[in-house]
Order: sequence, then structure tokens, then C-alpha cells
Amino acid sequence: MSGHDTHNDHGHGHDSHYHDAHDHGSLKTYAIGFILSVILTAIPFWLVMNKTITNTGTMGLVLLAFAAVQVVVHMVYFLHMNAKSEGGWNMMALIFTIMIVVIAMAGSLWVMYHMNTNMMPSMMPEMNMQSAS
Amino acid sequence: MSETIVHNTGAPGAEERRSYFVREHHPENGSMLGFWLYLMSDCLIFACLFATYAVLGRNYADGPTGAALFDLPLVALNTAMLLLSSITYGFAMLAMQRKQLGSTLLWLGITGVFGVAFLSLEMYEFLHLIHEGAGPQRSAFLSSFFALVGTHGLHVLFGVIWLVTLMFQLKKHGLTPENGRRMMCLSLFWHFLDVIWIGVFTFVYLMGVLP
Repeated sequence: MSGHDTHNDHGHGHDSHYHDAHDHGSLKTYAIGFILSVILTAIPFWLVMNKTITNTGTMGLVLLAFAAVQVVVHMVYFLHMNAKSEGGWNMMALIFTIMIVVIAMAGSLWVMYHMNTNMMPSMMPEMNMQSAS
Repeated sequence: MSETIVHNTGAPGAEERRSYFVREHHPENGSMLGFWLYLMSDCLIFACLFATYAVLGRNYADGPTGAALFDLPLVALNTAMLLLSSITYGFAMLAMQRKQLGSTLLWLGITGVFGVAFLSLEMYEFLHLIHEGAGPQRSAFLSSFFALVGTHGLHVLFGVIWLVTLMFQLKKHGLTPENGRRMMCLSLFWHFLDVIWIGVFTFVYLMGVLP
């Protein structure tokens, strides 16, 4: 199987009607992925359970960074993502999705944060006065 | 699958095929691409739920906070279950590659057991929360929490149902190309759920207990 793969590798990713020629990974890639995931899961849990970092903002960023790295590890070692799978369409769909996800997440937080800070009940009389005058 | 082997052993045939596929850039295997597109759309559903949780996650309505409710060792155990099920599914794929039906079924079975263990722990957590009066109707935080984590749990439930169905199909029809394709799709689905869970345990549980 591996010999057959290297033989066809310089062409492009898939060389068969069936999926057995797709990159399924090997025991080695699964093992690497698993060990990396365990490490990348254990560290954030340990950080939070031992309250290692006291600053909430810093801790949040560190946790998000670990999550981002682990997502990439899963994508590469478990989902076997690469720029060539399905003639590059997998990657295109993924990039598009990430774009939409970032817009939805960042946009929601941005809009709702400003709604919360600018529409506080304490500001309401001022706004009413403005509309009345 | 036997067809592929025949093609590749014949030396002139293999040469021809190579040059043919170098020119051909259209995706051969449409169902894998289609399934990937489904997963990406599923990703958008989760993005909406994550965004909802991000906005409402601190609106406790004088109810219990994440720090008071979340049991991190339980979440860590749950995470371990899902991670282990990911690697055992990988072993099932490797067994399928080696054309070992029995071994494939065994690893799929183990994956299913881990999946059920995950679901049981999650059900226990949910029932415990509801019993404590921290059900989805208690606060905006809890509504968005149950919506997000519950949706992920439902996905895992359907993954387990799919897995059991696939085990029966493998038993009946063996390692046919069709079953190979189904295994590939479920593999994507299963590992995808693990990716979503990374977001859940980081964003909901770990960041939820921060002050």
C-alpha cells in the first residue's frame, strides 16, 4: 500500500475510483495525532484546574491558542486534510467555512458588545430627551 | 477493490492510468467531497450556537454560574472518551485498509462503546444540572449551554446509530467498496465531532469556570 502510494504521489492525491487509494494515514500518523491531542488537551485542563494563570484575559487567550493548535492537529492527523485532497475543493470549502465562522463569531460579539455598552438603561433618558427635542 | 489491484499490477495499464489522472483534475470521488461540504455546513450550525453562547454565556440571571456548575474532572473524562474513540476509529480504518473484517468490526465496536460512554456521562451531567434546578429555562447562559452541548451530543448519538448500522452492513456485505465509502464518511463525521468538542470543552467548560 505504501509503496503504491509513493509511486503515484507526484501526480496528484487520488489515483483510484475507490477510496482505498485515499490518504487514510497510517498507524504512525494516528499515533502522533493522538499523543499530540492528549498533550494539547491535558495542558489546558491542568492550567485551569490548578489556576496557574490568574489573569482571566491571558488565560482565555492561552486556552484558545491551545484549542486552535489542537484543531489543526486533528485536521491534519485524523481528518487527513491537505491542499490536494479532492483536487483542492476540500481546502476551498474549509477556507470559506472558516471565513463565515469568523464573521459570524466576531460580528456577533462585536455587535452585542456595543449593544450592551451603548444601550444601558442609564443612557435611556438621554436618548429620550434627544428624540423629544 | 479487486478491480484496482488488477489495474495496478498490469504495468502498461498503470502507466496509462497515471498519465490519464495527471491530466484529469476533476474530483473523482464525489461523495467524499459532498460529505465534506455537509460537514462544513454543520460547522456553520455550530458556529451560530457558539456565537450565541459567546453572547449569552455570562448572562446568569442571578442563577448559578459556570464556575459553580461545571465539574471539570467529569469533563476531562468525557474528553478522554471522545479522544479514545477517535483513535480507535482510526484503528478500524487501518484494519479496513488491511482488509481484516473481524478486526475492523472489533475496533468499530470499541469506538461505539466509547461513544456510548461519552453520551452516558453527558446525560448524567445534564440530568444532574436539571435536578439542581439549573435546567435550560433557568438563565440565558444555561439555555445557550444546553443548546450548544446538546446539539453536539445529538450528533454523537446519530454517529453511534450510524456506526451500529454500518457494523451490521459490514457483517452482511463484507468490505465492499460501498462499505469502504461509508466507513470513510463516518470517519470524517466522527473526527469532525471530536474537533467540535475541542471548541466545546475549551470555550464552554474551561473558559466558563474562569472568573
